[in-house]
Amino acid sequence: MIDFKTYFELLNLYSDYAMVCDSAEWEKWPEFFIEDGCYRLQPRENHDSGLPLCLLALESKAMIRDRVYGVKETMYHDPYYQRHVVGTPRVISVARDLYGERIVSEANYVVIRTKLDGESTVYNAGYYHDEIVRTPEGLKLRSRLCVYDTEMIANSIIYPI
Amino acid sequence: MNTTHTVFPQPPEWPAEGNSRIPFWAYTRDDLHRKELDRLFYNGHWCYVGLEAEIPQPGDFRRTVIGERSVIMVRDTDGSINVVENLCAHRGLRFCRERHGKRKDFFCPYHQWNYSLKGDLQGVPFRRGVKQDGKDNGGMPKDFKLEDHGLTRLKVATRGGVVFASFDHEVESLEDFLGPTILFYFDRVFNGRKLKVLGYRRQRIPGNWKLMQENIKDPYHPGLLHTWFSTFGLWRADNKSELKMDAHFRHAAMISTRGQGGKNEDVVGGVDSFKEAMQVNDPRLLDIVPEPWWGGPTAVMTTIFPSVIIQQQVNSVSTRHIQPNGHGSFDFVWTHFGFEDDSPEMEQRRLIQANLFGPAGFVSADDGEVIEWSQEGFEQKPAHRSVIEMGGHDIGDTDHMVTETLIRGMYAYWRKVMGE
Repeated sequence: MIDFKTYFELLNLYSDYAMVCDSAEWEKWPEFFIEDGCYRLQPRENHDSGLPLCLLALESKAMIRDRVYGVKETMYHDPYYQRHVVGTPRVISVARDLYGERIVSEANYVVIRTKLDGESTVYNAGYYHDEIVRTPEGLKLRSRLCVYDTEMIANSIIYPI
Repeated sequence: MNTTHTVFPQPPEWPAEGNSRIPFWAYTRDDLHRKELDRLFYNGHWCYVGLEAEIPQPGDFRRTVIGERSVIMVRDTDGSINVVENLCAHRGLRFCRERHGKRKDFFCPYHQWNYSLKGDLQGVPFRRGVKQDGKDNGGMPKDFKLEDHGLTRLKVATRGGVVFASFDHEVESLEDFLGPTILFYFDRVFNGRKLKVLGYRRQRIPGNWKLMQENIKDPYHPGLLHTWFSTFGLWRADNKSELKMDAHFRHAAMISTRGQGGKNEDVVGGVDSFKEAMQVNDPRLLDIVPEPWWGGPTAVMTTIFPSVIIQQQVNSVSTRHIQPNGHGSFDFVWTHFGFEDDSPEMEQRRLIQANLFGPAGFVSADDGEVIEWSQEGFEQKPAHRSVIEMGGHDIGDTDHMVTETLIRGMYAYWRKVMGE
C-alpha cells in the first residue's frame, strides 16, 4: 500500500480541498486538478444504473475554470455558506506506471448548506471516488467523481462539492 | 367600519386588466391547487409519464407521477404499455417502492394482494377462508369479485417513443390534445428514431408548479437572466425567432435560431449579465454541431400543459417533468436522452452541453432560484399581482421574442378551465 508520509499527503489533499470549497476561495479549486483532470458530480441513480449523465461533468481543468467564472460572475443565486465534513479516505489501490504513482481512493462526505436567513441543512451526501497522481507540486486529482445520494437536489447546486 | 389595510385578498377577484395581470393568490391557495390537480392533471389532459426506452422489455416498469398521484408505467408481455395507479385496491398503500425494475406481476406486501401487469387483481390470500378443525374460518364473502378490485388503470398514448397517460378515459386523442402546430414540433424531436436515455436529474423547487410552465413560455428573460445566452447569442432578443401556440393557448413552442452574440447595444446595453470579454476556456462547452433534424432552428422549447417541457437547446435534448407537491413546491425531473444512432462523439457532446442545464446548469440553475424568489414574494403579499404586458395585452403567435404573450395565453386557458 502506501507509506505514512504519502497517506499524510493524501489526508492533506482531502482536507485542503474541503477547506477551499467552504471558504469561497473558488479560484483555488481548479488547482487541485492536473491539466486534463476532471470533476464529475453524479446522482447515484445514474451511477448505479450505468447511465453516463452527471449533474456536472467538467472534463478538464480549463472547464473547471469555466465553472469558477460561472460561480463568481454569471450565475444569479441565493448566497449560501457550505460546510464539508469528509470522512477518512480509504485507499483502494496504488499503482506505479508510466505516469508515476497513482492512488485510487474514496471518502464519504456530507455538505451542509446554510442560507442567510435559514437553518443549516444536509445539502448533499455522497462519496468521492478519486484518482490521484503525484506531480512536482504534490498530489493532485486526475479525477474526482462525487456520487451523491441526495438525488432530489434542494433547488440548485452552485458551489463545488 | 373596518378600514384596516390588508395584503390578503378578500374575496379574491381576478384583476380588471384581464390576462395581463396574474394575481399572486393564483400561486398561494391550497383550494385552488387541489382544483388544478382535479381539472388539469386528473381530467381532460394528457400527462407525461416517461419514455418507451426506459422500459424496453416485457415486465420492465418505472414508477412515476401524474400531478400528485403515484403511477407505474410498465411494459406488458405483449409489448404494449400499461399505466396503473400505485395504490393497492385493498388498503390503499402506495405499494411499489422501487423506482424501476422488472416484474412478472405486482403485489402489495401488506396482505399479499397480487395484480397482473394490466392491474387486474389475480388473487387474495385466504379468499375461501382457512380450514381448521373441520370448519372454514373467515374468507371473502361469496359476492366478492376479483374483477371489481383491480388497480386504477389509465388511458395510455404513445408517440415517437414518449408515453402519456390520463386518468380521464374520455380525454380526446393525444394528437387532438396537442393540436397540429405543437404536434409538428413534437414530431421534430420524436421522429421515430429510437431514443437512448442518458440519465436523470432531479430538483425540488420551492415554488408553484405553474411558474415553471411560465418560465418556458417567457422568452423575455433568457437573454437577460442567463449570461451564457446573452453573451454567446444562444437565446436573446436579436435572434430570429417565432412563438407559436395551440388553438387553446395552453401549449406553446418557442423557436429560435442562434445569432452571432457579441455586442449589440440595443439588446445587451446595460444588461448586467452580458459579459463582452467572456470566453470559454474549454471550447467543448460550446462545440455545437447542427443536426439535420433541426430543420433550421437551433433551439425549440415546447411546453405541453400542464406536465412537461421538451427541451432542444442546440445538441442537448431532454424532457422536464413537472410533479407538484402542494401549492408552493414541485419536483422537476429531467430525463436527458440522445438517439440510438448517435455517434460516440455526438453522445459526448450532448453530455458536455448538459452542463448548461439542470439544477446545477450554467443556465438553468438560475431559473430554479428566481422561481423560489417569486414564490416568496407571492406569499408575502398575496393580494398583489404581476404585470404581464411585454408585447401588449393581446394573445397571439409572433415572429419575435420580445413579448409575454404565451403567459397571457396560458392564463386565458387556465381561467377558462378553472372558472376564475
